[in-house]
Amino acid sequence: MVISDKAIKYGNNVNTDVIIPARYLNTSNENELAAHCFEDLDKDFIEKSRNSKIIIAGENFGCGSSREHAPISIKASGIKLIIAESFARIFFRNAINIGLPVISNPEAAKNIKDGDNIEVDLDRGFIKDITSGKEYKTNPFPEFIQKLIENGGYVNFVKAEALREN
Amino acid sequence: MDKTISEKIISSHAGRDVYSGDIAVVDVDVVMAQDGTGPLAVSQLKKMGFEKVKNPAKSIFFIDHAAPSPRKELSNTHAVLRQYAENAGMVLSDVGEGVCHQILVENFASPGDIVIGADSHTCTSGALGAFSTGMGSTDIAVGFALAKTWLMVPQTIKVNFNNIPSKGVYAKDLIIYLIGKITAEGATYKTLEFSGSFTKNMTIDDRFTISNMAVEAGAKAGLFESDEITKRFLKSQGRGNDFKEVFADKNASYEQVIDIDCSMLEPIISMPYTVDNVCSVSKIEKIKIDQVLIGTCTNGRLADLKIASDILKGKKVNKNVRLIVVPASKKVYLEALKEGIIEALIESGAAIQSPGCGPCVGVHQGILGDGEACLSTQNRNFKGRMGNPDSFIYLSSPATAAYSAIKGYISDVREIL
Repeated sequence: MVISDKAIKYGNNVNTDVIIPARYLNTSNENELAAHCFEDLDKDFIEKSRNSKIIIAGENFGCGSSREHAPISIKASGIKLIIAESFARIFFRNAINIGLPVISNPEAAKNIKDGDNIEVDLDRGFIKDITSGKEYKTNPFPEFIQKLIENGGYVNFVKAEALREN
Repeated sequence: MDKTISEKIISSHAGRDVYSGDIAVVDVDVVMAQDGTGPLAVSQLKKMGFEKVKNPAKSIFFIDHAAPSPRKELSNTHAVLRQYAENAGMVLSDVGEGVCHQILVENFASPGDIVIGADSHTCTSGALGAFSTGMGSTDIAVGFALAKTWLMVPQTIKVNFNNIPSKGVYAKDLIIYLIGKITAEGATYKTLEFSGSFTKNMTIDDRFTISNMAVEAGAKAGLFESDEITKRFLKSQGRGNDFKEVFADKNASYEQVIDIDCSMLEPIISMPYTVDNVCSVSKIEKIKIDQVLIGTCTNGRLADLKIASDILKGKKVNKNVRLIVVPASKKVYLEALKEGIIEALIESGAAIQSPGCGPCVGVHQGILGDGEACLSTQNRNFKGRMGNPDSFIYLSSPATAAYSAIKGYISDVREIL
């Protein structure tokens, strides 16, 4: 899978309370959640996400609460991919489980600038910054996680496994 | 090969020997979600076609984050949980029972268990020697359905809390100090294993406070060995038979070992907007506060309320401060009533709220106004956490919170000890 789009850049420790505040957790509706995504961090996010669909961030992206509404709201905003220096573990699991690709790559996350044009090949494992001309290699996911992604997330994976066992 | 506590518990639930870095599919003993994350778990269960859960007696929905409900939309999501729980024969812990992590340690989690919960502070049960960790709704839906999950076996950082802290320094100060030292991502993907001479002098409530905040350093779990203190607690809950010895092997392999001399520590706070933004109370400028919260899954237990009431007894909360107290569970509330703790707090000017999460998560019971500051015993001070991005949250021990409520600004409790 190849994803190419413009980058929106954020800093370190972007937490789930600013991604989607608890005051909006009275719904699991993706579009309602997307309407408030990043509201407390960046009031212009929705406008920006119309033309830029890759988030670049610093360390510990998605730290804090376990709310899966955080990656759901990001995905429903149209964001196709997040590249960060590192991810908080619950957010990482949640993103994979709902089929939002997340890549931990400190070098790329540090160097890519807000507004850069990025091309990412998930299968071959590289990130290309078209604006600066730099390329970065990414590590493939462990086999178990690849299976989850290939099945389109955890729910489909469990369904497929249940079918296989029957 | 010798194992850490995490490696031992995960191996025993995977049916084979596993070590840090391995991915294992494991049986889980206790699975839970709360009213913020549960409704999404229900919709995922339905998508997968599960009307029933594998182990209903240890599958729990907690209604604690917005309880009693402040809005009709939330009341409707509560109804979704009640109905699914009834159909599936699951346990429902409803309004007034208390915050999920306290009820888990009182009634469900046991040493050596694997506990998974759709709430990041599920790591609290690690204080009993259970491998207990937070996940998202989809992970938890699968846990309910199959009583299984997958885990990457974490590396372990061993933290030795040595020596007795001086007066005015409590478990909360210890864990905030540790997070300041290793940062908010210092233990990401890893287990924190707590040891050292002071752990043998801690109350079980101290241990709950410390394990509760492991996730604020990014940790997957925050574990104590089980011992006489654990055994006494389980007996007091009528669960003496659930005790099991849990300990790390002598030559277990640690990613790093951190030694902390507790006798050198001072009362400490976390400043807005991250938990690792720490400062000793003795070094801060005068910080005026509008609200004080004593409670939550971090510090809403009997020992915490007792410390606060000992400080507030016979005194009055500052006229510019609202003091909100939320007992962590119905059991804690009843014991605090019996001991006269609640009466002393009310007499001093506190507003007592029904057991649950209280205003910590910013949906009800004490949302801050624009520009206001709150000193809280909770575990998180992120921007907007208490319902208003234009407010400020400071974190401290119950002692610092109680004394500061009298003074009207963040104050050093050692002045009166």
